[in-house]
Amino acid sequence: MRQLLFIIFLLVAPQTYAAGGKIHLESATIDISNEASLQRGAKYFVNYCLGCHSAKQLRYSRMSKDLNISPELTELNLMFTGEKIFDGMNISMTVEDAEKWFGVAPPDLSLIARSRGADWLYTYLKSFYMDDSRPFGVNNLVFPDVGMPHALADLQGLQAPIYKEVEREDGTFKKVIDRLEVVVPGRFTEKGYDSAMNDLVNFLVYMGEPAKLERQRLGWKVLLFLLVMIGIFYLLKKEFWKDIH
Amino acid sequence: MSGMLKNALGWIDDRFPLSKVWNEHLAEYYAPKNFNWMYYFGSLAILVLVNQIITGIFLTIHYKPDAKLAFDSVEYIMRDVEWGWLIRYMHSTGASAFFIVVYLHMFRGLIYGSFKKPRELVWTFGMIIYVALMAEAFMGYLLPWGQMSYWGAQVIVSLFGAIPYVGEDLALWLRGDYVISDATLNRFFAFHVIAIPLVLVILVFMHIVALHAVGSNNPEGIEIKKHKDEKGIPLDGIPFHPYYSVKDLVGVGVFLFIFALIIFYMPEMGGYFLEHANFIPADPLKTPEHIAPVWYFTPFYAVLRAVPDKFLGVVAMAGAIIVLFLLPWLDRGKNKSIRYRGPVFKAAIIAFVISFIGLGYFGMQPVTSVGTWFSRFFSLVYFAFFLLMPFYSTIGEDKYVPERVEEDK
Repeated sequence: MRQLLFIIFLLVAPQTYAAGGKIHLESATIDISNEASLQRGAKYFVNYCLGCHSAKQLRYSRMSKDLNISPELTELNLMFTGEKIFDGMNISMTVEDAEKWFGVAPPDLSLIARSRGADWLYTYLKSFYMDDSRPFGVNNLVFPDVGMPHALADLQGLQAPIYKEVEREDGTFKKVIDRLEVVVPGRFTEKGYDSAMNDLVNFLVYMGEPAKLERQRLGWKVLLFLLVMIGIFYLLKKEFWKDIH
Repeated sequence: MSGMLKNALGWIDDRFPLSKVWNEHLAEYYAPKNFNWMYYFGSLAILVLVNQIITGIFLTIHYKPDAKLAFDSVEYIMRDVEWGWLIRYMHSTGASAFFIVVYLHMFRGLIYGSFKKPRELVWTFGMIIYVALMAEAFMGYLLPWGQMSYWGAQVIVSLFGAIPYVGEDLALWLRGDYVISDATLNRFFAFHVIAIPLVLVILVFMHIVALHAVGSNNPEGIEIKKHKDEKGIPLDGIPFHPYYSVKDLVGVGVFLFIFALIIFYMPEMGGYFLEHANFIPADPLKTPEHIAPVWYFTPFYAVLRAVPDKFLGVVAMAGAIIVLFLLPWLDRGKNKSIRYRGPVFKAAIIAFVISFIGLGYFGMQPVTSVGTWFSRFFSLVYFAFFLLMPFYSTIGEDKYVPERVEEDK
């Protein structure tokens, strides 16, 4: 039996997923049971993201229930487009307009945390920097030449790249970005912005799979029941097999 | 049994062989008494098949096989359908669990010689089940209509295009379009929910009928039918029911525990059971950077990529599956169980396992020259294991093989 468990463990043991890219990703602290963090994240999301990005898979009513925000407060503070509370989080910008303005239509964010991963999103949101060659004056370290303007500049301020010299194989030097530094301050301190982005990413993770709250609450009970069941089955087997030699 | 029940049973037995079937396959089917834990995987495979069918029915109730609606209907199941997330995770985790269980079941057969005479057809039916299962999984994977669904199907179907002369037409015929499209989704849906499951159920039936005709093998590779008592009951046999039905329940319990652990706490399994890119809706205009099949196909995908020529790669990939069919005729060893086989055979099994897992690993990775050379090496080992088997399988076998299952086993 122990061998069986061990073999199955080896087969199913989770392996780390490489999100790709060369940039080192910072890790976000994800805890979707932290209701206050999710509520703050929801606030940032509807204020800073929902203008251009939809989240059509998430209904306002579901969010209101899961995040413990009353329907009245949800309608008052988190809904701006005159939709009904049972509607998904849609936007009024059409795909045609979006393509004209940004080059590509901003993707729906319902599942972005499941495709990109929390750490990627967290690092991405922190990695905008000034770059005059881009149409909106900003570029991104994690997503080079991204079409998105720095929608959160109001909170973070603007960062400038600090370069360092790296030696090429042939002995010449090239300039690469070493780190980013805030040069035009925003409303938040650096720490404050990090914490806000962590809340936002936490909310995006919740949004990717609202059922996660429920399955984690339920799972250990199911496992406990199965443990008892295994015990009973084992005793049953032992009893039946007494007469086999 | 009370008189009324007995009468009812008699009434049925006069019209349908209920008692007969029950006895032949359960209460009086004599299985060797020395099964070990590796013998759980047969009944577990049936359990997973039932799980896939039942959860599949519920998914079909809410799913929309339409390129415009499919992706959102899966999210609708995940968010709005009562317990939909549980049903969907049971199905998606069940797909991977099916392959884990089946691979272990096949490995059990390999090391204890369960494919050898007189069980060649049990193995053959099993292999057809395996191929049907691959088709089932492949077509099912298109249905969520995510990026990996779409591009995975695109890559695999285009492989048929490599077949000389008829290839392009064949691929077109399979897709029903020049690219993977709504037409493809609809037909894959039809195959996934009815055609292949039906074939699978029939094949499982034949697999079991064939097994019960010849009797089960065991870790010692002893034919228990050689030694029977005066009533014709094998001396080392015990009735499947109740002994193995209650023993299998323990296996079921342990399996369900691990299954539930994955469903409730790691349904994506770090991107191996549900790939990250599949949470992006299918986009025919945007090829993902790295297209990899789901883990259970990657050993064969690695064989495909190891061969520089596309058509020959397809041939090698098909060959990797065909050699498995030939196993009963490639192995010329006299003894069944690995316990009494020669050292060369034992070493070959280890080399085979390493190369299969190695191929599985490199099949998941983006192409690198190191990876390709490793894949080539492992592919050679894989094929050598089978094709050289007629020569090495008889070397150094044990002379003495016990006639009976020993008491302390």
